[in-house]
Amino acid sequence: MTSETPAIQVRGLTKRFGDRVAVSDVSFEVNRGEVFAFLGPNGSGKSTTIRMLCGILQPTSGAGSVLGYDIATQPERIKEHIGYMSQRFSLYEDLTVRENLEFYAGIYDVPRAARAARVTELIAMAGLEGRERQIAAELSGGWKQRLALSCAIVHRPPLLFLDEPTAGVDPVSRREFWTMIHGLAATGVTVFATTHYLDEAEHAGRVGMIDAGVLKALATPEDFKAHFLNGLLYAVTCDRTMDALVALAAVPGVSDVSLYGESIHVLTDDLEATALSTPLDALGARDVVVSRIAPSLEDVFISLMKRR
Amino acid sequence: MNLGRLMAIIRKEVIQIRRDRATLGLVIGIPVMELLLFGYALNTVTDHISTVLVDESGTASSRAFASAFEHSTYFDVRMKVSDRESALAAIDRGAVRVALIIPPDFGDRVLAGRPTAAQMIVDGSDPAIAQTATFAGGLVAQTQSAFATVDVASRVVPVAQTRPAIDLRPVVLYNPQMLSVQAMIPALVGMVLQLQAVLLTALAIVRERERGTLEQLIVSPIRSSELMLGKTLPNIGLCLVSTVMALGIGRLLFGVQIQGSVLELLLLTLPFLFGSLGIGLGISVVAKNQSQALQMTMFTLLPSILLSGFLFAREGMPGFFQVLSLVIPMTHYLQILRGVILKGVGVSVLWPQALTLTVFAVVVLGASISRFQKSVE
Repeated sequence: MTSETPAIQVRGLTKRFGDRVAVSDVSFEVNRGEVFAFLGPNGSGKSTTIRMLCGILQPTSGAGSVLGYDIATQPERIKEHIGYMSQRFSLYEDLTVRENLEFYAGIYDVPRAARAARVTELIAMAGLEGRERQIAAELSGGWKQRLALSCAIVHRPPLLFLDEPTAGVDPVSRREFWTMIHGLAATGVTVFATTHYLDEAEHAGRVGMIDAGVLKALATPEDFKAHFLNGLLYAVTCDRTMDALVALAAVPGVSDVSLYGESIHVLTDDLEATALSTPLDALGARDVVVSRIAPSLEDVFISLMKRR
Repeated sequence: MNLGRLMAIIRKEVIQIRRDRATLGLVIGIPVMELLLFGYALNTVTDHISTVLVDESGTASSRAFASAFEHSTYFDVRMKVSDRESALAAIDRGAVRVALIIPPDFGDRVLAGRPTAAQMIVDGSDPAIAQTATFAGGLVAQTQSAFATVDVASRVVPVAQTRPAIDLRPVVLYNPQMLSVQAMIPALVGMVLQLQAVLLTALAIVRERERGTLEQLIVSPIRSSELMLGKTLPNIGLCLVSTVMALGIGRLLFGVQIQGSVLELLLLTLPFLFGSLGIGLGISVVAKNQSQALQMTMFTLLPSILLSGFLFAREGMPGFFQVLSLVIPMTHYLQILRGVILKGVGVSVLWPQALTLTVFAVVVLGASISRFQKSVE
């Protein structure tokens, strides 16, 4: 593999399970050293795509290469060079921290001479010093996650797949986890992550939004916020939120209303703020505040998903 | 096949087995418990059948006849009653299994050298007991009538002129006392082996699937052959340990000695062991969780217990089941176990059974491995 070839390259990737199309004609490239996120709801085809890229699922049609190896014909070569971590933190709970790392070092054929040093290095990186002899089952969620990541990179893979890596982990641990990921990316590791957390996608250099097996859009988080929402976005608050939600949806020129906590996000074609406050005043709602806001990735995501 | 990856799996399995108290308990506890339970409690040879005696004759010959019943050891006279009705009542209550009724004219007819009859009433609710009782009762009567004839005849005509009864002298080979424990212990060794080989293999893989670690292994460069071998090799070791342990208990507690060569026994055990590992692997492909795997293992064990000749002789089965029992590995392995342990024969005699088991192992392992490879893809 030369440094110019993209880490991942797929064209027209499609996977059918019987009549159901899980992934439909997906094409994209991931550059070396990039942190790339696949964002989509459950069952959108994220995991199926990752499984095809990892060489454990044959695509129905389409072609692709991972680290220069063909995903259809060289899956075993791919497996040797990638790291993989899933939301289940596939650790052996009855093994100690060190035993888990040593096991994966053996599976990935880390040279025996370098093994002990590598294991010690990873324990330090994950902040697990002093816990080497602790049984993995006794670790908290965040520790387990970091140990799982360490196991996944024991063989220094140039490409790391993360399948919903932070499911069920507290926010502080999630932040620490992403700090580790960015640290890896800084050393040239390419990261391909799937997630359905929108805040998590913000960590990525580029985000692919996938829904029902179709790659809807692919851009940087900034581009998404700047260009993928047609129209103006307002946040509306008042004392009768639910009535207001119904009333605003009926206003001509409003393309979408969604509830975000106490406030209603209203996507309009090109309306002034007064066009939204007037019908609410007519409703008799009090404390009406309408303000123009910059869209979050979530706004874009919801909007894209609704445009099926 | 990469030796480093294989060793990594084996090392991990050994650590896990060592740490898993429940599995260790299974490995040590099951052979001990099965051997003790079956060895001490189970006795398929029926004797000392409880009997009620109604001696309406009350003569020397009727007493001789009754005591011949007792001396046969098949019957224990537990009570004596005076009439037929009380005897039947005793069977109804379940106090006895058999009633021996000797009519009033028994003594006179014997003395007169005339044909005479006695009645035996048998509780048929347990067919095994009823069968033994009628069979043994007939034998006792036959020998007694010969004595009676000789007895009477000797008084009338010179002994030399009486024709001697046919004297059949049975020689029981291998287990002269016909102790069922002698046949049971070797069979139990096979049961223990099958249960452990199937269960340990099935659990070892299903556990990984349940915990999601199998998924992690699938995306690693490990080959399914390395994974399966790495998981089964430690189990083979464990199974051989418990086989040796079971044989040791059989020897120490029940005095069952291995007449043949231990080495040949272990050699002949291998095809059976691999077949069982294949079954375990097959279960691990189908079972979604550990409790399902456990149930399926028990399900495979049942035909081995019922049809292999472990508890019931295959000769007594209807033709269909006799044929069916031939596809059960335990049927053949049982012949190997009893052959080596009791008869002292070896490979030169038992190779057909070993060959059958080898074919079975190849078929089952082959099918399981290919199914397993598909299931992990």
